[in-house]
Amino acid sequence: MDETAQVKETANRGASPTAGGPGRILVTVYAIFAVAACSRSIVQISTEFGHARVAYLLSAFAAVVYVVATVALARPGTAWHRVAVAACATELAGVLAVGTASVVDSAAFPDQAVWSNYGSGYLFIPVILPIVGLTWLRRTAARARITDRPARESTNP
Amino acid sequence: MIDGLAAASIACALVAGAACLLQTWRDRAVGVGLLAAAGVVEAVLLAQVISAIVIVAGGSHADQPTNFVLYLVASVVALPVGVWWSLGDRSRWGSGVLGVAFLAVAIIVVRLGQVWENTGG
Repeated sequence: MDETAQVKETANRGASPTAGGPGRILVTVYAIFAVAACSRSIVQISTEFGHARVAYLLSAFAAVVYVVATVALARPGTAWHRVAVAACATELAGVLAVGTASVVDSAAFPDQAVWSNYGSGYLFIPVILPIVGLTWLRRTAARARITDRPARESTNP
Repeated sequence: MIDGLAAASIACALVAGAACLLQTWRDRAVGVGLLAAAGVVEAVLLAQVISAIVIVAGGSHADQPTNFVLYLVASVVALPVGVWWSLGDRSRWGSGVLGVAFLAVAIIVVRLGQVWENTGG
């Protein structure tokens, strides 16, 4: 099989490796958080922004990260894979930083944000999700390397 | 808000969600049974939207009207999108996706009751 046929076959298989199998459930949960966080922060910022600026801005940032992660996980390709890793890493850093800040200085967080108290208002899913996401991205990357190898060797003289 | 309809939709969604998890565990793709379950739950959710419109038109209103409308819309959109996404993977994981969608519907309906009565943020 020459290289273009190989590429075409991968394209026909269509779906992104990160959005296949158990990854499909991961994308589903990310999509739910993207929709929930976006609508929540639009409502908060448009109706009561003065009430808790820091918390609401952080929620809006979290919403953007969830949208990027959802799209990147659902799309095939190395570039999207990198974007997904970056989004999940940002999310993990964010939930740990905001979670710690909200415990240390609860006065700055008068209203619940997605990431405050490590996502306790959301069954701690916000802190579990990026860990599962990064693990899954590592596994799919490893699998891609294994399936790539025979194709590359066959093109060598 | 009619409490009976809310309770019925939460119960149906949880039972259907459990059936999805069972199918995932048994290594079965989404079949006619789960699609029929999605249809039944969606019918109860649509009945709830109609009853909510009738109640609001009758002069009552939610304690958090914006959130109430958003959760109401989410409650009927979630399953069609979930079914579409689950049918993209004809393996056990499609059933898992549908299970997550049913669980999300149950949570949305619980939140719907909270923003109507103002018992939660």
